[in-house]
Amino acid sequence: MTEPALIELDEVSKYYGNIRALEGVSLEVHAGEITCVLGDNGAGKSTLIKIIAGLHQHDAGSFSIEGEPARLAKPRDALDRGIATVYQDLAVVPLMPVWRNFFLGSEPTKGVGPFKRLDVQLMRETTRTELLRMGIDLRDVDQPIGTLSGGERQCVAIARAVHFGAKVLVLDEPTAALGVKQSGVVLKYVAAARDAGLGVVLITHNPHHAFLVGDRFVLLKRGRMSGSHTKGSVTLDELTRQMAGGSELDDLRHELERASGPGGDDPA
Amino acid sequence: MSAAAPPAGTRDPGAGDERLLRTSPLRRLMGRPELGSVVGAVAVFLFFAIVADSFLRAASLSTVLYAASTIGIMAVPVALLMIGGEFDLSAGVMVTSSALVSSMVSYQLTANVWVGVLVSLLVTLAIGVFNGVLLTRTKLPSFIITLGTFLMLTGLNLGFTKLISGTVSTKSIADMEGFSSAKALFASEFTLGDVTIKVTILWWIGLVALATWILLRTRFGNWIFSVGGGPDAARAVGVPVVRTRIGLYMGVAFAAWISGQHLLFSFDVVQSGEGVGNELIYIIAAVIGGCLITGGYGSAIGSAVGALIFGMTSKGIVYAEWNPDWFKFFLGAMLLLATLLNAWVRKRAEATR
Repeated sequence: MTEPALIELDEVSKYYGNIRALEGVSLEVHAGEITCVLGDNGAGKSTLIKIIAGLHQHDAGSFSIEGEPARLAKPRDALDRGIATVYQDLAVVPLMPVWRNFFLGSEPTKGVGPFKRLDVQLMRETTRTELLRMGIDLRDVDQPIGTLSGGERQCVAIARAVHFGAKVLVLDEPTAALGVKQSGVVLKYVAAARDAGLGVVLITHNPHHAFLVGDRFVLLKRGRMSGSHTKGSVTLDELTRQMAGGSELDDLRHELERASGPGGDDPA
Repeated sequence: MSAAAPPAGTRDPGAGDERLLRTSPLRRLMGRPELGSVVGAVAVFLFFAIVADSFLRAASLSTVLYAASTIGIMAVPVALLMIGGEFDLSAGVMVTSSALVSSMVSYQLTANVWVGVLVSLLVTLAIGVFNGVLLTRTKLPSFIITLGTFLMLTGLNLGFTKLISGTVSTKSIADMEGFSSAKALFASEFTLGDVTIKVTILWWIGLVALATWILLRTRFGNWIFSVGGGPDAARAVGVPVVRTRIGLYMGVAFAAWISGQHLLFSFDVVQSGEGVGNELIYIIAAVIGGCLITGGYGSAIGSAVGALIFGMTSKGIVYAEWNPDWFKFFLGAMLLLATLLNAWVRKRAEATR
């Protein structure tokens, strides 16, 4: 890699009082690549995202954006540096129409002084076309976003980040609450964002999903980094094994085999 | 239709989608937050038009509109605040505080009354900022914070007035310089045909128009809906949640200033104990007008219709020559009915998309 990574974390740690939430975690995000962060519940995935998204500051180690050391004080700072985060709750306001949600916080205006107003037509049209570009053909941009399905909402949030010129897209468990089919759809949009040249951080606890799209894999366990791999240097089995921990693997395999029946996860 | 209720008619042409059944104008109307209250207002109007002979006279109309406007001026910012997810229980006494400050500053300094009016504006806005900052800093429920300021202001109103003028009301400022021009702005009236129009009605209409513009067509309006409908989401996408909330409280303070000056210049003196209980009437007007009590949904026009219902009921009972003791019962019943109707309408509007 000649150009510096979009985001580089080196030995980053975070403490909440005497609780060690994150210890010595390193990861790199490059343009046009997907970096997957894998870990079970409580592994420190959320803390990691919060540091990247500017909600929390790291206590040790270094965090650099495009080669420059960074310390983000608030989410707005992260957005201004081109880091867009799509949270599990999607950061959408259910009662508001899709087009208002799409531009929330970055509304385009026209006119000057007291006549400065929302450019409603532009907002509606952009929402429609941007969603269409991601392959979402929305019935009505005026419907409250709460009436969309989970997958659709996820895609709106991703399309929003892409539209606002995000260089880095951080996705917090985008497939966690979705069925197999919808997960597939969302992963397709994640890949589309990657192909558009974005660096993607995909947080997940599903190694199957990660393996399908990931270029780099960072495994977290109890706040520590338990593994770091690039695509091709690791197999799905190894990924699953490392994530679950060797001794628990047999149990997990049984579970997975059972779960890959009707209604189970896509076994890739 | 949508929570933000953008006006129909701005639909982009040619975007025919075969999955989208043509929405009838009726259906679009059904989705507007004000609908329930409009139906209620028509019902109340017809009811009193039938039972009270004098209700339809021009003089009665102007009385009803005046009563509605005094509530309506405050109901507008209270509705915006409610859409933003918060309450202001201090709104009622804040009106009195604003009037007292204006009156006492002018009288004590023997200055032009406009000095008092401007000082009052600053003081009232400061109370609004106090509410907003305290709320956003402590993250306590606005119910508690503004209950505190409500009680504090009630005490201050009475305490200061007695301390300065020796009685529970202020001295008349009617003979002071600038009184007539200030009265013209805040408490005058003119006739239009047979109807006497109080200037508060113009203030009311102006505020409703301004608030509707802000809500539906400005960035700030978008932020109001978002801080009420999903404050965490709003913060995450970079909406200045704290500034929006403080701004909303300042809006309430600004309207309290207008109402306060009206109070002062229509009666020359101010009773320090006034205003207690009005805060609930403002909230009732906003809720009848379709504001969701949990925030994120509602309209300024709805609050105006809510205030109109209040005006028609309070005066209609007088015209019907009933004992006005029953008024509160009717108001309460209206509140329940309106809320039920709103809930029903919204459910239908959302279920049919």
